Amino acid sequence: MLVTYLLTSIILIVSFIIDKQKTYKAIRVAWKKFKKIAPAFIVMLIFVSIILFIFPDEVISRYLANNNKVLSIFLASLIGSITIMPGFVAFPLSGILLTKGVSYMVISAFTTTLMMVGIITFPIEREYFGSKVTVIRNIISLLIAIIIALTTGLFFGEIL
Amino acid sequence: MKKSDKIKIILVGLYSLFLLVSFIVGFTPGKKIALHLTSFLTYMIKILPCAFILVGLFEVWVKRELIEKHLGEETGLMAYVWIILFAGTIAGGLIVALPVAFSLLNKGARLSIIFTYIGAAAICRIPMTLFEISFLGIKFSMIRLLVSLPLVIITSILLEKYLIKNKYKIIKEN
Repeated sequence: MLVTYLLTSIILIVSFIIDKQKTYKAIRVAWKKFKKIAPAFIVMLIFVSIILFIFPDEVISRYLANNNKVLSIFLASLIGSITIMPGFVAFPLSGILLTKGVSYMVISAFTTTLMMVGIITFPIEREYFGSKVTVIRNIISLLIAIIIALTTGLFFGEIL
Repeated sequence: MKKSDKIKIILVGLYSLFLLVSFIVGFTPGKKIALHLTSFLTYMIKILPCAFILVGLFEVWVKRELIEKHLGEETGLMAYVWIILFAGTIAGGLIVALPVAFSLLNKGARLSIIFTYIGAAAICRIPMTLFEISFLGIKFSMIRLLVSLPLVIITSILLEKYLIKNKYKIIKEN
């Protein structure tokens, strides 16, 4: 996060030194684009707050720490797809899940869908790419996540 | 006003009313939801200004020809490597990747590059991966990266082929 800020500031300052007018224009463009997508962001925020209430950490670990592997992967992908959380929340949580006996395979399904599949970011993605592409991209991502999870399970000896 | 805008306004109104009432009568679930809202909102307020300023600068400075040449229709495999490296440095995941991807598309990047970028931005951001390694171990992260990246590239190319065949048009911004 800090690196991103530092990088943005440097680029912005360099841009300003080279061409003031262009830099102002860039900021205007940034603001215009933000305004255009802001309603979709607000809708997303509302969904996020409700979803995080329905799936607090305790509930997630309760669902994922069960012995039926197929069911666990299914639940992990489902919860990962409908929730959204930044990496600095998701990985510590995964670390905790690991100590609670949740398998790598299931954690993999959870974190990968968390990052790649965005049911909550659907309103934003649709705004840019249309519903059809958004649906296809998310389904593909879900399949990739499941393949990754199974491979992880294979390598960690959790499947056989 | 569009119908979808009206629905959004009603949704936001009902939601705000619900939170307000929750605080007045001391309804705990409502208060918890408000807490989640503020924490995620703070996260977005931290991450979004950078993202949109970078998008703005990109739109103003980067010439269309440059993107078309390096990430457009005629590009080879190296373009995918570049876009993945680029994605790896950008923080924020999907929320940030989507507006950036849209800008790239408007500047003439091909669809398969766009989808690779979105996928890579989701799964192989470098700072995030380092964090992941510290919690789940390097073996876990390596399996994830090595399996996912080829799949992301292949599916992006296939999706592009499919969309071109079906004459998919993205609503382009002027």
